[in-house]
Amino acid sequence: MRTHSEKNPVHLSVLINGFVILWLLMAAFPFLWTVWGSFKVELDFFSIANWTNALTGENTQRTHEGAFTAAAYEGAWLQEEFWLAAINTAIVCVSVVVISLTFGTLGAYALSRSTHKYTFWLLITALIFRAMPPVTLVAGYLLPFFEWNLWGHLSTSIIVLVAINQPFTLWMLHSFFQKIPKDLDESAKVDGCNQFQAFWHVIIPVMWPGVITTGLFSFLLAYNDFAVTAMLLAKENHTMVPKIASFLGTTQTEGNVMFAVASVVSATAPLFILIMFFQRQIVAGLTQGAVKG
Amino acid sequence: MKHRTFFWFILPTALSMLVFIAMPIVSVVTQSVYTPHEAVLVETESCGPFGCSKETVIDQAATKSLREAEPLGRFVGLEIYLDRGHLAVDEVAQAWRDSEGISEFISELNNLPFYRAMGFTLTYTFTVAPLMLLLGFLIAVSVNRLNRYLKGLVIFFSLLPMIVSPLIGSLVLFWMVDSRGILGTFLQWVAGDPDLSVKASTSLTWVMLIVYGVWHAAPFSFIVFYAGLQTLPGDLLESAQIDGANRWQRTWHIVVPHLLPLVTFVALIQLMDNFRVFEPIVGFNSEAHATSLSWFIFNDLGGETRLLSSASATSVLTIIGVAILLAPVLVRTWRDYQRKG
Repeated sequence: MRTHSEKNPVHLSVLINGFVILWLLMAAFPFLWTVWGSFKVELDFFSIANWTNALTGENTQRTHEGAFTAAAYEGAWLQEEFWLAAINTAIVCVSVVVISLTFGTLGAYALSRSTHKYTFWLLITALIFRAMPPVTLVAGYLLPFFEWNLWGHLSTSIIVLVAINQPFTLWMLHSFFQKIPKDLDESAKVDGCNQFQAFWHVIIPVMWPGVITTGLFSFLLAYNDFAVTAMLLAKENHTMVPKIASFLGTTQTEGNVMFAVASVVSATAPLFILIMFFQRQIVAGLTQGAVKG
Repeated sequence: MKHRTFFWFILPTALSMLVFIAMPIVSVVTQSVYTPHEAVLVETESCGPFGCSKETVIDQAATKSLREAEPLGRFVGLEIYLDRGHLAVDEVAQAWRDSEGISEFISELNNLPFYRAMGFTLTYTFTVAPLMLLLGFLIAVSVNRLNRYLKGLVIFFSLLPMIVSPLIGSLVLFWMVDSRGILGTFLQWVAGDPDLSVKASTSLTWVMLIVYGVWHAAPFSFIVFYAGLQTLPGDLLESAQIDGANRWQRTWHIVVPHLLPLVTFVALIQLMDNFRVFEPIVGFNSEAHATSLSWFIFNDLGGETRLLSSASATSVLTIIGVAILLAPVLVRTWRDYQRKG
């Protein structure tokens, strides 16, 4: 667009740059502030006396002999066993991604290659399922899971998250598969492959970008889930997000805000790294459904 | 593809969706028309030195065995849907008869938990969507004029609010806007009121939740619109410029119509997703001022006594709401499909 328009007048450039800077502040500052504050004591991060205490760390200096302290991290990770939640999250995320992609690529491949009418109805059903808020399904899980002693285990939550993830995975992979010409598997079949061999040896190797993008979104869904993991996991199996919620305290139990601050920062760090490495794929995934429609 | 091959390919995904999405829906609908058995009462006569007295006590053993034999409970039909915690038909009828005007009726409705949750959910859904579209569009147009290096940087930071878990995102904002936090202090200074507290006021809580919603969702529309801007018809813009169209005319007559299909796409997805607003209510600890349908379900399920029937009834009502919002998407998909043949 730039190449076609005349040079921006000065006031417009100032306006635009100002707006971009404002947005950058809005997007990034809350996170930077929380990272900074997580190394202070509660009296500094939530300062009644003077907000600049959060910058100088006056109370932190008094109690910890230094403007920064890792006390909140120590409390959350060691005392409250946030490390266990981190391991649980890792197990859940890796399993969900692997199983989702396995189920999803098989299903989406079939949907993209079959010309029968039922493929459309399957995709529509998946779309309807995609719209279901997960929390509405939770009430349906509890009774049977209690009856059959399935409640509380990581494996139960994993398979539930995989299922909730399937509609989205199917749609995204379906649109990636459709971009791969059908001649490719036809010629493989002429060479003597059966359908599965054509899928495995010919299509999947060219599908990697699509699989990685979809995998990222499956990962995010599992990583960020609160409703399912909070309701279906026993306390000792909690993943990071429900664990953070438990630091907040309820009307019955007292929470510890600084533990929550430290664990929020800890849980955001992996996402930060994820964007750093996969920015291009995330953007591709977001625009996938949109630009073609 | 042969039906047989298709079947084996689709089996794992179809089975997982059938067992963990379709069947739970059936189970939720069933649970919503049952309620747990009431305690079995027995009348016992206890005789002491001063005569006999009758007393009614709960027969724990019988209650337990009855509840275990029929975990679903007893059939009550639509009773739960119509009770005070949900559609509250009697209360609504009463309020309709008693109230003088429409505003009084609405404030009466606001006292009923279900309608209060519904009110916030709908307000949130329909204010966040247009605001995030607008903000996303402005960011996309602005960023599109930056140089390549800066674009990458802005996109990098823009993804953060969208990608973090809603609970984490809302907590990060909540701590800042706390009356002892940096934004809270700033707002007190702006308003000139040292006692101002966002979380103590209903209207400010609503504003805060909506601001969070826009903050969380704007990156999505930004990215989609930004991608759309890359496919702008350059020659059309150029000829418009030669014909003397100024910047605003070009934006309004070429850029906006070019992005319009994307606007519908983003808006439809947003309506569906914002309707399930839930984590921010937990993060902002705002249940005293704003609740949503999803939070309602979560709250019923999370308590000491899990109110399965009540949660199920709310779930069914939420699903109906989602279905209404989904209808335009389905119609659109159907048309697309027809067009492609």
